[in-house]
Amino acid sequence: MTPIRIAFLGLTDAAVLVAAREKGFAQTEGIALDLLRDTSWATLRDRLVYGQVQAAHMLAPLAVAVTLGLSQQLCALAAPFKLNVNGNLLVMAPGFAAALEPDTNARLHDPLATAHDFAAAIGLHHRKPIIGVVHRFSSHALILRYWLASAGIDPDRDVVLRVLPPSLMVEAMRAGEIDGFTAGEPWGSAAIDAGLAEAVAVGERLWQRGVEKVLAFRADWLEANEATVDALVRALAKAALWCDDPANRDELAQLLAGPAYVDQPAALIERALAGRIKARRDEAPVDLPDFLLFAREATAFPWKSQALWIYSQLVRWNMVKPSEEAQAAAAAVFRPDIYRRALAQSDVPMPGASMKVEGALDQPLAIGAPRGAITLGPDRFFDGRAFDPDTIADYLASFAIDR
Amino acid sequence: MRIVIIDDSGARATVLEEGLREAGYDDIHLVPPRGAFVARLERMAPDVVLMDLGNPSRDTLEEMLVVSRALAKPIAMFVDQSDDSMIASAIDAGVSAYVVDGLRKERVKPILDLAIRRFNAFARMQAELDEARTQLADRKTIDRAKTILMGSRGLSEPDAYALLRSTAMNQGKKIVDVAAALITASDLLGGKS
Repeated sequence: MTPIRIAFLGLTDAAVLVAAREKGFAQTEGIALDLLRDTSWATLRDRLVYGQVQAAHMLAPLAVAVTLGLSQQLCALAAPFKLNVNGNLLVMAPGFAAALEPDTNARLHDPLATAHDFAAAIGLHHRKPIIGVVHRFSSHALILRYWLASAGIDPDRDVVLRVLPPSLMVEAMRAGEIDGFTAGEPWGSAAIDAGLAEAVAVGERLWQRGVEKVLAFRADWLEANEATVDALVRALAKAALWCDDPANRDELAQLLAGPAYVDQPAALIERALAGRIKARRDEAPVDLPDFLLFAREATAFPWKSQALWIYSQLVRWNMVKPSEEAQAAAAAVFRPDIYRRALAQSDVPMPGASMKVEGALDQPLAIGAPRGAITLGPDRFFDGRAFDPDTIADYLASFAIDR
Repeated sequence: MRIVIIDDSGARATVLEEGLREAGYDDIHLVPPRGAFVARLERMAPDVVLMDLGNPSRDTLEEMLVVSRALAKPIAMFVDQSDDSMIASAIDAGVSAYVVDGLRKERVKPILDLAIRRFNAFARMQAELDEARTQLADRKTIDRAKTILMGSRGLSEPDAYALLRSTAMNQGKKIVDVAAALITASDLLGGKS
């Protein structure tokens, strides 16, 4: 058995790692998997960068940022496997949300209209709204900025974005320190259940197939430990299939609810797994079948175009100076080559390409694959823009608000 | 040199502060990571910030270090990125240290060394305390189970203990787990114990 330690945060989208350990997928591949829970992204990053763990459940933009030297110690990271797609929720206090579309089903399904309502709500609020985000280099923060800016809201001028760890968001709401927050589940649902917030936007309606957590390694360690990395990727691919199967949903929710993992009620966790999100505490859930994906549509495949979308947003918000080198380094974080190598002998369907235009699909599309068939789900951004990784400068020029 | 310790554990922060004072540092401030702690920290303009690695507010602190206009000099984590063994022992001990840019390594190293030693000492103390508590709790559970066996099966105390032990060995369990199961079963069956 090869021992591997992986750091994670107590979030529903750590599911694939938890299943790999608890359901024996790692063991079958000869890996003694040890999961270490952290409570901040900074500590998870430090454990990975300084070698206390071999891999981490990491925000995809943080993996890019660490590689570009934007988050403390510069360290080249490598992500051969995405742990999920989508899964985030933006919630706001009922007082603020009162200025938005009252029908929450309509509100969540029309993010563009809701963004404009949100802009009006800012005017009615007694001060700039304070919105909690888990990290500046999180998918949630980047898509929140994108969404606000679509309605003419400057995320650095018209609102205050306050960084808080996911597990402290609910308490900060209770104390009135923030007016709302965006975080991975179950924390949005926890705030809704406490009657402190209601759902305002969901990730799967902002970008239908949004990049979220990745399994990140140090690039040098990944290169030096081929066999172990491949075995781990194989174990995770099986675990992801298990997590996506509705038949396992109850068991998965129970596993995640355990004190060593998310440590929240299983019924709360189950909402994200089932794609049935309660927008208000006493309402019937809204059906959001793509709320959180683990395996289907080759979810785990690390499209380089998605790393480049992250890069484009870092440039847009002036978090990194644009350069050929930075762009190449960002793209190099996602490692479809390793994914292909690890799963070459498996029956996991494999995309033939490593890049695609993000946000181009209105309808599910069957794509050519060397083996098996893959249907990619619709992946539109709510504003209808598409991201072509070959024309990043034009893409960025198309936005009215940037830094 | 102004040192700020961000910590909500009174005990650990006190252990660290005492150590620093004994070593001759006198400009030391404790800030619990709650509410508007970041604004307080900005006003203090520290040279060194020490924080428990397990503290969930590290992301909040780092964000402040990125965006703060109030801090004259940037503060980065650890002083000398080339000193890997120092950083590794800091992380093992659970210390994170943020240091003002330009502060000389020789001035920071003793502070970090001291923080590592104190954090380790505190962790050992805590572990010993936890172990002592567990042992006490285990002994109480086993005593209760023995009492049940002595009452219901008429066993002597050594025999009751021997029975618990052999059952545990046969089932590959710890004695305390067998004892706890026995107590639960006895409670369910309405036994008094």
